[in-house]
Amino acid sequence: MEMLIDIASWVLLLGGSVFILIGAIGLIRLPDMFSRMHGAGIIDTMGALMLFAGMMLQAGLTMVSVKIFLIILFLMFTSPTTTHALARAALDAGQEPIRDDDPTDEIELALMRELEEERKRLSKT
Amino acid sequence: MFSAAALAILVTMLLVLIRAYKGPTVYDRILAVNSFGTLTMLLISVYGFLTDRPEFLDITMVYALINFIGTIAVSKFVRFGDLAPPVPENDPGDI
Amino acid sequence: MIHALSLGGALGILWLLLSGIFEAWLLALGFGSIIVIVIIANRMDVIDHEGHPIHISWRALLFWPWLAWEIVKANIDVAKVILHPKLPITPKVLHIKASQVTELGHVFYANSITLTPGTVTLKLINGAMDIHALTPSSIEGLLTGEMDRRVHDVEGMADGTVEVKKNV
Repeated sequence: MEMLIDIASWVLLLGGSVFILIGAIGLIRLPDMFSRMHGAGIIDTMGALMLFAGMMLQAGLTMVSVKIFLIILFLMFTSPTTTHALARAALDAGQEPIRDDDPTDEIELALMRELEEERKRLSKT
Repeated sequence: MFSAAALAILVTMLLVLIRAYKGPTVYDRILAVNSFGTLTMLLISVYGFLTDRPEFLDITMVYALINFIGTIAVSKFVRFGDLAPPVPENDPGDI
Repeated sequence: MIHALSLGGALGILWLLLSGIFEAWLLALGFGSIIVIVIIANRMDVIDHEGHPIHISWRALLFWPWLAWEIVKANIDVAKVILHPKLPITPKVLHIKASQVTELGHVFYANSITLTPGTVTLKLINGAMDIHALTPSSIEGLLTGEMDRRVHDVEGMADGTVEVKKNV
């Protein structure tokens, strides 16, 4: 049993390491500031989540786990807020996201219509 | 195993710093520094486990708070050039 | 009043968890800090159903596991795109109207969107959102509106009761 928990925590730690590396690669490779936010998002969500989960498994059911859980909770509340604040600041300063307005427009419109009907149905009931 | 994670975090920090150095706009740099803060939190925690001193998690918690407030403050400062709220001159405010 | 009590309770639990020392002097210090914080928060006028949303807490707890699974799926999707040698991204800015009623619901939805990589909320004004989406599958996941529906369920009605839907 202890062996299994050890293996699981190793897998989580290694997975988290891989994901933060991918996030950093995204931060470097992606073309503009708004798409780089998605790379930072990977570090903030999946990478941190997996690394902290691996540490939690190593710590077991102790006060340490509770603290890590609190940290995770705090991170999950704050990271979208900071991203949003940064995006607003960048938009206000006149930064324009690179757009690719070609292939999925029709899918988008069809799905939008569907969504609108769904909403009307919801508001009637 | 924790040392492998610590190594990965350090390499990631290096990559993020490259973006903070290169970043064409100031917003790229803020984004990179925010990620760097998250990675610092992770590194502090992992280091705590590596040296068997889980008290380091308290520092992580404080660092999370500072990172959050710091990024918001810098974003606001860059946006308004001022940390006070942009209120009209004759507005008495809430209290 | 109930929100002030729940804020005090949450702060008390937080204090006990973080200190872990049960001496009379330290407990008294903690109690004093909690009282001061609740008074200050009350003076700042942040104790209400928005600052401390206890009416959605249980449904939010049920929502989070689903959100976590969505985050994992979106992460794998974006990671694949980033590691792809050709970098096949299709960045778009979508305009979406949220179906939630209260501002709390809007914020809940916007933050859930931002938490799943591949979609970032850029602007949120009265439930109208501008969303930056990176990959085709993230765009589709957004436009199916499943998250919107689930957040709407979490939010319930503005007065805290749960909306009963007939034809689901």
